[in-house]
Amino acid sequence: MQIRLVKKADIGTRRQTLIFLAAIFLALFTTGLFILFLGLNPIRVYISMINGAFGSAYRLEQTFVNAIPLIITSLGIAIAFRMKFWNIGAEGQIIMGAFFASYVALNHSDLSRPVLLSIMFLAGFIGGAIWGFIPAFFKAKWGTNETIITLMMNYVALKWIIYLQFGPWKDPSALGFPKIPNFAENAILPKLFGLHIGWIIALILVVLVYIFMNRSKKGFEIAVIGESINTARYAGINIFRTIILAMVLSGGICGIVGMIQTSGVNLTLSKEITGGVGYTAIITAWLGALKPHWIVLVSVLFAALIQGSSYIQSAFGLSAASAQLFQAIILFFVLGSEFFARYKVIFDWKSLSKAKEDRE
Amino acid sequence: MRKGLTLLLVALLAVTLTVAGCSSNTPAPAGEEKLKVGFIYIGPVGDAGWTYAHDQGRQYLEKELDVETIIQESVPEDQQSEKVMKDMIDQGAKVIFATSYGYMDHVVNVAKEYPDIIFLHCSGDKIGDNYANYFGSIEEPRYLSGIVAGLKTQNDTIGYVAAFDYPEVIRGINAFTLGVRSVNPDAVVKVKWTNTWFDPAKEKAAAVALLDEGVDIIAQHQDTAGPQVAAEERGVWSVGYNTDMSKMAPKSYMTAPLWNWGMYYVKTVKEIQEGTWKPEAYWGTLKDGFVDLAPLTDIAPAEAQAAVDKVQDQMKAGTFDVFAGPIKDQNGKEMVPAGSTVSIGDQLGMKWFVEGVEGKIGQ
Repeated sequence: MQIRLVKKADIGTRRQTLIFLAAIFLALFTTGLFILFLGLNPIRVYISMINGAFGSAYRLEQTFVNAIPLIITSLGIAIAFRMKFWNIGAEGQIIMGAFFASYVALNHSDLSRPVLLSIMFLAGFIGGAIWGFIPAFFKAKWGTNETIITLMMNYVALKWIIYLQFGPWKDPSALGFPKIPNFAENAILPKLFGLHIGWIIALILVVLVYIFMNRSKKGFEIAVIGESINTARYAGINIFRTIILAMVLSGGICGIVGMIQTSGVNLTLSKEITGGVGYTAIITAWLGALKPHWIVLVSVLFAALIQGSSYIQSAFGLSAASAQLFQAIILFFVLGSEFFARYKVIFDWKSLSKAKEDRE
Repeated sequence: MRKGLTLLLVALLAVTLTVAGCSSNTPAPAGEEKLKVGFIYIGPVGDAGWTYAHDQGRQYLEKELDVETIIQESVPEDQQSEKVMKDMIDQGAKVIFATSYGYMDHVVNVAKEYPDIIFLHCSGDKIGDNYANYFGSIEEPRYLSGIVAGLKTQNDTIGYVAAFDYPEVIRGINAFTLGVRSVNPDAVVKVKWTNTWFDPAKEKAAAVALLDEGVDIIAQHQDTAGPQVAAEERGVWSVGYNTDMSKMAPKSYMTAPLWNWGMYYVKTVKEIQEGTWKPEAYWGTLKDGFVDLAPLTDIAPAEAQAAVDKVQDQMKAGTFDVFAGPIKDQNGKEMVPAGSTVSIGDQLGMKWFVEGVEGKIGQ
């Protein structure tokens, strides 16, 4: 027997919805088996998961706090992915943005709050942009593999922060405990409606990125390069400059996340600053079809999944590992359904019988 | 093409919000009246080590008193821990035990925001109206375990796998070394830092590096049994920490300094229930039973039990002080003159090694 994968030209909305529903159902069913195995009632666990993510003003707020970095990082990733530049390096770009912003916050806290925060914002963008520029330059100049370079640069960035945290930036007043000093009051993002203003930045960026990708010449050129580099060349697009620009934007936007997380959530820089957002956002960007408005929706749902599983963990006394397992199962099926929406699997029985004949 | 999908997702979101809205009004399941106590753990509970020991204490608490407990594993020692504390309060926790040093400032921040909740932080030194700390003189059983190691070593070199160069860890290394040298004045203790609490592979690797340097006993200050496994594989001996580690290293494990968290958890929660709790810095000792030395296994040298018992009796009688002078530092400089000792305050800030330790602070 032969199994072949054929790319589907286009599938109808109905089928796509069906596949998606089937994926959700299968995910819930499989997770349910696992929950039963743990000796709990799956329905109760699901309801309290939803309850844990949306059930009170506090929980809703936490869900949005989780969603903000996911949304912005996904936007950054989407720009690069639209060009088929596989930027796996959001994690490192967030870290470098956080590092640049923290440098400003720790050394210039005597500035007034609006000025300091603006400089930090800019610094965050620059930090991420530099970390995006490097792989873009190598790719545009020598055609290196961006997936590997961006991925490896994550570790360079992470080790750099660990070095700072355990070395030169270690808080001398912490009795040897390796932490970087907390930011001064005026280096901390103000709150609006109980939520740090990162959510406003996120919404503005959603609009800006939407306009950039759909209404601007550069955004169009990025999409053309993504479709076919030869077409782009024929059309007279400056490929070198466009790749660099796209990645500076992509990295820079991720760098802003670093600034927001240090200044709005963590209140200082630490090696856990990203919380893995740089990788999770690859999934949300992809599930959001690289479109800003869908990214918002997917990110909020994903943040709810994270917040909900953290809730059930303490509510039912589950281990951290089993909560992660729930997330992984759900992701596995939803991402898997994407595959079935895009490809058709053909079981070629003919070649099976033919092979049989050959053997006989 | 994707419109249908979006609509569906929006519908999903709407449904979940509605369901959430309804379910949040329904009363919590039975036992709402019970006092809810939250525990914040630095690592997974696992089957041995620091967090496991705390979790044993939590289970003991649930058994002894009519309370409900909730836990969260692997909480990083940064702002994230404040979110976890608030999550627990949101879920109805009235008492929170934060079981690692790095939560200290965050405990204080959240405690100030929630004056009605009581916070207890392990191993720190902050104290306020609704928050306090608890720890104890693990140095006593560490000293005793040092006696066992000092008697056992054949080439007078002992390895010590240590997490971070905090005063807490340094104090433990010093107490252990003083114990070793009380019975074996020529022995040295080589220290390797791992800069992690919970990373069995890394901790094992550090032990292997020490074994390559020729040590024949591995002692440790980590949250796992990783170092024990390394000693077991090399066929040499080890001193554990936190819990009985004989299962992980049956041919190597001799004993371990232990914590008895459950005793403190029951005492404190009882006081809170009765309304007699007052913020205090709890410092448990061997005498109280808050710290202890695990029973010696057959691998420990025959003469060790008597030597340990002799000192242990003095400790329980309150006549033995681990840090009684004269004590010299690594470079031979006298730090504690004869007839003097190191105050608890100075112990909490200890940043120097005693004579006999090979290792550096501040790397």
